[in-house]
Amino acid sequence: MTMPGRLPEPYGQGSGANLADILERVLDKGIVIAGDIKINLLDIELLTIKLRLIVASVDKAKEMGIDWWETDPALSSGARRNELARENAELRERLARLEELEPGRAPKEAP
Amino acid sequence: MTGLRYVYAVCRPFGTPLQAQLTGIGGAPPALVRHHGLVAVVSTVPEADFSEEALKARLEDLDWLAATARAHQGVIDALTTVTTPLPLRLATVFRDDSALRTMIETREDSFRRLLDRLDGRVEWGVKVYLEEEPAAEPAPAAAAKPASGRDYLRRRREQSHAREDKWQRAEAFARSLHERLSAPAEDHRLHPPQNAALSGAAGRNVLNAAYLVPRAHSEEFVELVDRTKDEAPGIRVELTGPWAAYSFSGEDAAAEEVR
Repeated sequence: MTMPGRLPEPYGQGSGANLADILERVLDKGIVIAGDIKINLLDIELLTIKLRLIVASVDKAKEMGIDWWETDPALSSGARRNELARENAELRERLARLEELEPGRAPKEAP
Repeated sequence: MTGLRYVYAVCRPFGTPLQAQLTGIGGAPPALVRHHGLVAVVSTVPEADFSEEALKARLEDLDWLAATARAHQGVIDALTTVTTPLPLRLATVFRDDSALRTMIETREDSFRRLLDRLDGRVEWGVKVYLEEEPAAEPAPAAAAKPASGRDYLRRRREQSHAREDKWQRAEAFARSLHERLSAPAEDHRLHPPQNAALSGAAGRNVLNAAYLVPRAHSEEFVELVDRTKDEAPGIRVELTGPWAAYSFSGEDAAAEEVR
């Protein structure tokens, strides 16, 4: 075919195109016709919102829950939290060392 | 296993056959159902995935959804090489061909209008991103600690002005690009910017637009976009397509034609 205008590759750019772009069109655009299996539009909308959370959590955090935004420095202080954890561990280690130096004293402090 | 009829697109009859190896959802080959001078492109999908209840759960299964969306898009893409399809939204499913035929009859006028409108056109997606400047700001901040509270506040203000400034430049660029691209395009849609967490794209999406362009003018349109790419530092322009005219297949498009 010599038709100008960059036709899609046979067998689809689909395999290479960004999933977000594909979902944006396939889920949100295109003509809406209720088949006789009814997923109504509101459902689709709710689904896409949930989907956004799923995608975000899979991509960003790869862990349970929807705390993916915590890795975004613009939205949270994740870095600071890590720093605290590190400092905490260091202090604990020092405390343990002190307790070793003075056996018999440390345990008595607990009531 | 019982099957349901999944519809990808509605087209005018086309002469060129689809690629023999083309597969749709679940690997099933797409078939053509002709009715009232229109062609529905369909395949059979398992009821276990596409019944009403199953679908609700399935649509939230990301792996399944991704595979299904790609398969759907794959068929639409293949159709775009041989004709101008009217792409349907994902998961339009009928019990059997007779239900499908009834649907075609009730909507045939609207289908014809849309198909006439879109004939020989494709959709191009253009996105503009404001790129993050990697660690340009921390450096001077680290160089000298603020001498006083006032000094600190002044610096904060400068930083936020600099950000604002970049943002405004990006917006101005996006606006002017959109104007330049709208002129040769027959129609356009401005979509909400994509969330970076979702798309995985770097930088902040400032413009997410779709343009309806006659196939015969696509090359010029692509060149026009390409030319703008190095115009503004710190700003990235991305082109996707050609897509079937997804963004121009909505009911509103049909309604506009009626008026």
